[in-house]
Amino acid sequence: MLTIKNLHAQINGKEILRGIDLNIRAGEVHAIMGPNGSGKSTLAQLLAGREGYQVSAGSVDYLGRDLLAMMPEERAREGVFLAFQYPVEIPGVSNALFLKTSLNSIRKHHGLTELDAMDFLHLLRDKMKLVGMDESFLSRAVNEGFSGGEKKRNEILQLAVLEPRLAILDETDSGLDIDALKLIADGINGMRNPERAIVLVTHYQRLLNYIVPDVVHVLSQGRIVKSGGAELALELEQHGYGWVEAEYAARNAAQER
Amino acid sequence: MDGQAKKRLEVNMTTVTRQLDELIGREYRDGFYTTLATDALPRGLNEDIIRMISARKNEPEFMLEWRLKAYRHWLTMTEPQWANLHHPVIDYQNICYYSAPKSEKDGPRSLSEIDPELLRTYQKLGIPLNEQETLAGVAVDAVFDSVSVATTFKAKLAELGIIFCSFSEAVQLHPDLVRQYLGSVVPYTDNFFATLNSAVFSDGSFCYIPPGVRCPMELSTYFRINAKNTGQFERTLIIADKDAYVSYLEGCTAPMRDENQLHAAVVELIALQGARIKYATVQNWYPGDREGRGGIYNFVTKRGDCRGANSHISWTQVETGSAITWKYPSVILRGDNSVGEFYSVALTNHYQQADTGTKMIHIGRNTRSTVLSKGISAGHGQNSYRGLIKVLPGAENARNYTQCDSLLLGDQCGAHTFPYIEVKNPSARVEHEASTSRIGEEQLFYCTQRGIAPEDAVSMIINGFCKAVFQELPMEFAVEAQKLLGVSLEGSTG
Ligand SMILES: Nc1ncnc2c1ncn2[C@@H]1O[C@H](COP(=O)(O)OP(=O)(O)O)[C@@H](O)[C@H]1O
Ligand SMILES: [Mg+2]
Repeated sequence: MLTIKNLHAQINGKEILRGIDLNIRAGEVHAIMGPNGSGKSTLAQLLAGREGYQVSAGSVDYLGRDLLAMMPEERAREGVFLAFQYPVEIPGVSNALFLKTSLNSIRKHHGLTELDAMDFLHLLRDKMKLVGMDESFLSRAVNEGFSGGEKKRNEILQLAVLEPRLAILDETDSGLDIDALKLIADGINGMRNPERAIVLVTHYQRLLNYIVPDVVHVLSQGRIVKSGGAELALELEQHGYGWVEAEYAARNAAQER
Repeated sequence: MDGQAKKRLEVNMTTVTRQLDELIGREYRDGFYTTLATDALPRGLNEDIIRMISARKNEPEFMLEWRLKAYRHWLTMTEPQWANLHHPVIDYQNICYYSAPKSEKDGPRSLSEIDPELLRTYQKLGIPLNEQETLAGVAVDAVFDSVSVATTFKAKLAELGIIFCSFSEAVQLHPDLVRQYLGSVVPYTDNFFATLNSAVFSDGSFCYIPPGVRCPMELSTYFRINAKNTGQFERTLIIADKDAYVSYLEGCTAPMRDENQLHAAVVELIALQGARIKYATVQNWYPGDREGRGGIYNFVTKRGDCRGANSHISWTQVETGSAITWKYPSVILRGDNSVGEFYSVALTNHYQQADTGTKMIHIGRNTRSTVLSKGISAGHGQNSYRGLIKVLPGAENARNYTQCDSLLLGDQCGAHTFPYIEVKNPSARVEHEASTSRIGEEQLFYCTQRGIAPEDAVSMIINGFCKAVFQELPMEFAVEAQKLLGVSLEGSTG
């Protein structure tokens, strides 16, 4: 579904991603882990189409198309979803209106009829139960005055409503208490299916206790330094990232010799 | 690959910027011109011109006297320079002070007598002039250049004792009311533009609501500046007698024109004891083109007088037009417990300049005022909020809350806030909050990442920013206002 080859990207001339290779197939759940500042959010945002990154080399293929050539809204309509690490507030725009506009933009793109207010509300009510959100959030402005955890739930609500092909979740677990974490993990697990790929970006393995990934990647200084199965996350939890980075450095040094 | 990727990013950037530009830079839709035979006085201003205006309108002596006093006073005044605005010098001798469609001589008595060309103009503007179209509950007193040409629903209002007619008609039929209230809020000596208006005003609207009457429909005026080089000087006078209520809508459009046109209106509102007046304006006069040529100069004096105890006046305005706007709808809170409100959205784009705000003058005890101002600047637009909160010594327990928010689109526009606060009573409480934000790349990305087109996203963000003001508008105006700000209604009704 998603094939990233040798991706290099800069922000203001500073190289943040330094050669990423990644292959994600439909039905899989990948976890991208790594210390703070290693480039996880940069990768996630770049895939979603955020401006301001200079791609200096590499390619990204999404369902046979050049992802980097697509506008952000086009990527979204074609099924790329990013749950933001820091969702922004949009004062005066109700959560319901925002999500309805979003859903209908996507439906329209696929030649489906746009949902009216009633049908949309039905759909929304069910999904809100799924993430344990109160109906009062519908009329509140998008993310305005939401607590950290509420913002994260709101992202997952959007995920549940929009049902994307490729979901990238950036630190969705941070700021959630354990009950909320379980609830959201249930929601995400419920969305696993053979048609959909999920990428969990996190620097804790806590979330991975509840959502067991097929593949775990370790990102460090803009490179994927190790990939493995779900057990890799546990090793990282116990021993930290240092040993993985050291191992990678040694391997590189050996290759150069 | 390297170069290609860079280029694509640049293309993305310019596309989004371009879309923003297109959205806020749409051509002025109401820019068409009606060919009509007009009866105009020669350009220029002197006592003879004023006498001719008064004579053509068959005015009683007191009106002519008042005009002449104003004119003589005006000669001693100079144009104000303090507003944060820049414009070429206005040549007051090169303006035509009176222009009326020819048919006015006999005075149209029904729609069938009105020039069909004029009706077509109104239709293009979407004004519900025909009675069947006004069943929605809007009574329209339409002003075409200087003369009112049609008034609807008058009979129905008359049953309740409500007077709603053109100013000229009020001078003829209700001279005592005019004499009693004209200039009682905005005296002819008030300021350069109001004084000029007092001397030369051609027509406008008049409204009187008798004691205890709640006006059952929204009263509405549409102004339209049409003839070339015609300065337009409207005069509106609204009186709500004891415990009366009225909601008044003023809508404006002007056709596209190369020369700058001066507009200096005066609106006076008087609320007696327990009365309430809501006055709403949606102003979309021609703002000038992308290079800043043409457009209307809008120098308006609007003031309300909460004359009686427990009276209530609110101004709501959505200002999207004019090359230059200079406008401070104000409330004099004279009666004890009276309430004044000002809700404003002002958008400036291209080279538009707006210097707008309000004055709340607290005189009575327990008077309260609320000011909510939303300024949006795009292109090279300059947007200034200028507000005065004045609490006089007798205004025990006066309260004011002011909130000024500015939103910037792009980096070549500007927003400025000039709050003036004068408090002469220690028990008063005056609060001022201000914020400036830019439509962030982050907000835009959040929306596009959810599949929303950038132009829809910008509309949605702007609409959200203005929501608190739009909520104060009557339904049909709120809809108009949203459209004006380029908001597709689709989706926003859900
Ligand atoms: N807008 C920016 N300008 C400059 N540097 C940035 C910007 N955004 C991120 N960075 C830098 O890029 C690196 C990777 O950041 P990020 O992708 O947010 O890491 P992570 O999500 O893994 O914590 C960090 O060193 C960060 O400081
Ligand atoms: Mg991050």
